[in-house]
Amino acid sequence: MIASGRIGTDVPRVDGLEKVTGAAQYTADLKFPRLLHVAVVRSPHPHARVLDVRTEKALRMPGVRAVVSGRDFPLHTGIYLKDQTVFATDRVRFVGDPVAAVAAETPEAALEAAALVAVDYEPLPPIFDVEEGIADGAPLVHPDLGSYEVVPWIRPKSGTNVCNHLKIRKGDYASALAGSWRVFENVFRVPQVQHVPMEPHVSVARVDLAGKVEVHTSAQSPFTVRHLLAACFGLSHGDVRVHVPYVGGGFGGKAGINLEPIAVALAMRCRGRWVRFMVDRHEEFYATVVRQGLTATLVTGVDRSGKVQAQKMHYLWNCGAYGGYGVNIVRSAGYTCGGAYEFPNVEGDSIGVYTNRPVGSAYRGFGMQEIHWALEQQMDKVALEIGMDPVEFRLLNALGAGKATVTGQVLDEHAGRVDLCIRSVADEIGMDPGRQKTPYRGKGIACAVKAPAMPNDAASSVVMKFAEDATLEILIAGIDYGQGLMTVVAQFAAEALDIPVEMVRVRGCPDTDLSPYDWQTVASRQTWATGNAVLRGAEEIRRKLCDTAGEALGVPASELILRGGAVVHEATGRSLPLARLVMGYQFPDGHAIGGPVASATSYLPEGLLFLDPETSQSAKPVAKWTFGAQAVEISVDPETGQVTVERIAACYDVGRVVNPGLIRGQTYGGIVQGLGTGMMEELLVDTKTGRAMNASLMDYKIPSTEDVPAEMVVDFVETPQKDGPMGARGIGEHTMIPTPAAIANALYDACGIRISEMPITAEKVWRALKEKERAASEAGVAPAVPASVTA
Amino acid sequence: MKKTITLEVNGVPETAEVEVGTTLLRFLRDGLDLTGAKEGCNEGECGSCMVLLDGRPVNSCLVLAVEASGRRVTTIEGLSKDDVLHPLQKAFLSHAAIQCGFCTPGMIVSAAALLREKPEPSEDDVRKALAGNLCRCTGYRQIVDAVHSAAAEMRAAASVGGNGNADAGKPAACEEVTA
Ligand code: FES
Ligand code: FES
Repeated sequence: MIASGRIGTDVPRVDGLEKVTGAAQYTADLKFPRLLHVAVVRSPHPHARVLDVRTEKALRMPGVRAVVSGRDFPLHTGIYLKDQTVFATDRVRFVGDPVAAVAAETPEAALEAAALVAVDYEPLPPIFDVEEGIADGAPLVHPDLGSYEVVPWIRPKSGTNVCNHLKIRKGDYASALAGSWRVFENVFRVPQVQHVPMEPHVSVARVDLAGKVEVHTSAQSPFTVRHLLAACFGLSHGDVRVHVPYVGGGFGGKAGINLEPIAVALAMRCRGRWVRFMVDRHEEFYATVVRQGLTATLVTGVDRSGKVQAQKMHYLWNCGAYGGYGVNIVRSAGYTCGGAYEFPNVEGDSIGVYTNRPVGSAYRGFGMQEIHWALEQQMDKVALEIGMDPVEFRLLNALGAGKATVTGQVLDEHAGRVDLCIRSVADEIGMDPGRQKTPYRGKGIACAVKAPAMPNDAASSVVMKFAEDATLEILIAGIDYGQGLMTVVAQFAAEALDIPVEMVRVRGCPDTDLSPYDWQTVASRQTWATGNAVLRGAEEIRRKLCDTAGEALGVPASELILRGGAVVHEATGRSLPLARLVMGYQFPDGHAIGGPVASATSYLPEGLLFLDPETSQSAKPVAKWTFGAQAVEISVDPETGQVTVERIAACYDVGRVVNPGLIRGQTYGGIVQGLGTGMMEELLVDTKTGRAMNASLMDYKIPSTEDVPAEMVVDFVETPQKDGPMGARGIGEHTMIPTPAAIANALYDACGIRISEMPITAEKVWRALKEKERAASEAGVAPAVPASVTA
Repeated sequence: MKKTITLEVNGVPETAEVEVGTTLLRFLRDGLDLTGAKEGCNEGECGSCMVLLDGRPVNSCLVLAVEASGRRVTTIEGLSKDDVLHPLQKAFLSHAAIQCGFCTPGMIVSAAALLREKPEPSEDDVRKALAGNLCRCTGYRQIVDAVHSAAAEMRAAASVGGNGNADAGKPAACEEVTA
C-alpha cells in the first residue's frame, strides 16, 4: 500500500522559500497597532528578602500605561513543580529575578520608568554550588518547598534544597563491587551554559475588552504555554489563545513558559493594548534560562574479562533558582544514568539542587550531554587502566537486544544498534588499537543514548483536509524551529497517499484556537509522534476516498488503491482523480455523494509504565531509545594548549532516514553545538555578586564558521523502530550528546591529560600540559612525549 | 531630533523623517516594514541584521539611518525579484542550508557580497567572509557548500554571457550585488 520515492530522498524544506526570501515572519516581525513596550525591574541580588516594592513614581511617568509587581499576581506556576510566581513576591532567588515590570508607549519610557520602581531588599546568604546546597544547614532557596504543588513522579525534599531525587537500584551493587577485580572512582563537572538561539525570546500579549487573552510568542509548546498561563492567572483554557509564528531556534530554552506571563500580566492592566516583551541579548544570557550544571561521581567495578559488574552514578544537578524543566532532567538523567551500557548492578542517584544561579532548564539533550561527559570519559579511563582497547571495551559492555537497561527494561531487536554505530565511527576515524601514533595528535570515541523525557500520556494530533483542487492541508501544532518537521510531515503524507509533496501544505505555525492539540516540541519526539498521527490520518483519508470512489465507480472499495493522485481500480483500469472526490463526487445525473474529506487523528505512546518509587525499575519507562556514537581526531598545539578538531565522524541508528539533507543538517548542527559546549562555552557567575560575567556574544563565544572541523562525516544505521512512522525514531538532540566526551578522550590519547570539567579550553590544556611536565621532571622522567603516546 | 533622509532601498527611492539616533536596522524594520534583516544582538556581534550598503556588507544595527542617506541599501528582500531567486537563495534551498532561518537573510547577504568580490572563493574565503554571521542551528557545513555551489552557478551563467538566462539569477536588484 505504501508507495515509494518520497521517504529517504532530499525533499527541499517546505518552509524554505519563505526563509530564503525574508518572507518568513518571526514574532518580532509581526506588526501590532499602537504597541506598548516592556522593561523589567530585576533583582540585583542573588538571594534576598523583598521587603517593599513601590511603583507610584513609575506609574506617574508620562507614557507609562501599566506597572505590575509580585503582589498583583501571587499564583504559583511550573510545569511539574509549581515553585515560581510571575514576579518575586517575598524573595528573590537569582540576579535577574523579575520583581516588577512596566509597559509604556516607547522602549525608552519603559526603561526610565523601571528605574523609578523602588525595591527594598534584605540580602540573604546565597549558594552557588551544589555541594554547598546539599550541605546540612545550607540556606534554603525555597523554604516553602514542602507546600508547593507537584506531580506525583517528582519528589522534592521539604526542608532542603533538593527539588527532585531519583534513585536507581538494580541488582546488588555492594556485593558486585566487593567482588570486582578492579575499581575506579572519578569526578567530572559541567558548568551552566546558555542556549544562545539566534532569535532572543519575545512575546506579545493583549487582553481584549471582553477579557480574552491572546499571545504571539517565540515558543516551543503553544499548548503548554496556554495551559500554564491559564493556571498562573486562574483563567479558563478557553479564554487563552496562543499563536506561534516562525521560531528562530530554541534548543529547549523556549519550552514551557518564559516571557509570556510578564507580557500577559501587563496586558491585563491595559486592556485592549498589545504589549511586547523582548529581551535583549544580555538578558537572554542570564534572565531567561540556561542549561543546568552537573557534578558527577562515578564508581566502576570490572571483572577480569573487562565486563563492568558494579556501577555507581551520583549526579548532582545545579538547577539554579527554580525547578522548571530541571526537575524532569534530574529524573530523565536518573533512568538513563547508565548511558549506552549494560550494567548488571547499579546504584544511581540523580539529585536536583536549588542554588542562587540563573534558572536551569531543558537544553538539547535534556541532561544527556552532561552525563555522557562523565560516563564516556569514565569508560575510556577504565578501559585504558585495565589495558583494554576503548572500542573493544565499549562493545563488550554495550546495550543491545536481550540486554537490560538500568531500569531493568530488556531491549528487543528493534531497539537500535549502538554496536554498529561504534564500529562505523571507529572505522571512519581509524581507531584500530595497533595504529601508528603521532605526538600531540589523538583519536577519541564516545557513545550516546537518549529517550524522550515526557509524561507517559504526551500526545500529538493532526488535522488533515483538502482544498478544492485536492491540495492536502495538514494542521499540526508541533513547532518546526529548524529541525524540519513541516517537511517530514509533508513527506509522510505524500508517501502514504501517493501524491506529490508539492500537493501538500503543512500549516506549521499553530494557533491554539484552531490547531489540533500537541503536548510540546521537545524530547526529539515530533517526527515520531506527529509522524504517526499523520500516517493514521492518511489511512482515514484513504478509506474515505476509496469509499466514495467505490460507490462512484460501482466497485468494492476494498479493490481500490491510491496511485499518482487518483483512486484506481486496477482490475478494470478505471480511476478518479482526487480533485473529483475531495469535496464529494457528483454523478452525471447531478446527485452527489461523500462530502469534504478530512481527518483528525492523534498519537499517544503506548504501554509506558511508571518507575518504581524506590528502585526506579520499570519494564517500559520510555517510548524508545536512539543510540549513536561519535569519534574524533584532534591535534594539540603544546605551546598554546589549543585543540583543533581535524575530523569528526558521527553515526546514529535513526530507524529510517526520512530526509537525508535535513538529517545531515541536524547532525552537523548538533556536532558544532556540542563542540561549542565542549570547548568554548561556560556561563560565568561571579560568586561574590551572583552576576553573570560574560552575558554577551562578545564575551560568550559560540562556534562560528572558523571553529568548524574541516571534515565531518555522517553515517546512519536503519534498524526500524517498531512503533515509528515508517520505522523512524528521534534524532534532534542526540547529535550533540557525545561530542565533548569524544574530544576529551582524544585529548588523552594525544598527550595523556584529562580535563574533567567542561569546557576543554586552550588555557586548561596548557596548564595541564605544564603540570604534567612538572610532575614528570620531578619524577626524573623525560617529559617530551606522553606515556600513552609511546605505549 | 529628527532628520530627513533620502536613500535607495532595493532599487526603490525612499524619503523619510527619522530620529537621528535610529539605526538603519530599526528604520528598515519599523519604517519600511522590511523585516528580513533580524535583530539578534543589536551590537554588531551576530550578523543577523546584515545588509549591503553601496554593495558592501554591514551590520545594520551599527549603522545610523542618517548615515545611509544618499546611499544604496540592499536587503534580503531585494535579492529575489518576483519568482526569480538569487542563485544563493536557490543553493541554500537545494543544500538544506536552512534550519530555523533566523540567520539565513544575513548569511545570504554576506555571501552575496563575497561572491561579488570573489567569484571563485576558496573554502577559507567562504569561512572568513561568513565568520561574522552566527548560526546556532546548521553547523555551517551545508551553508558553506551552498555558497560554493552558487558561486559555480554564477560563474557558469556569466561565461554563457548573460543572455537573459533566468536560471543565472539576475533579477534587477542583483545588479547591485554583481555590479
Ligand atoms: S543584530 Fe546586528 S549584529 Fe547582531
Ligand atoms: S538556521 Fe537557525 S540560526 Fe542559522
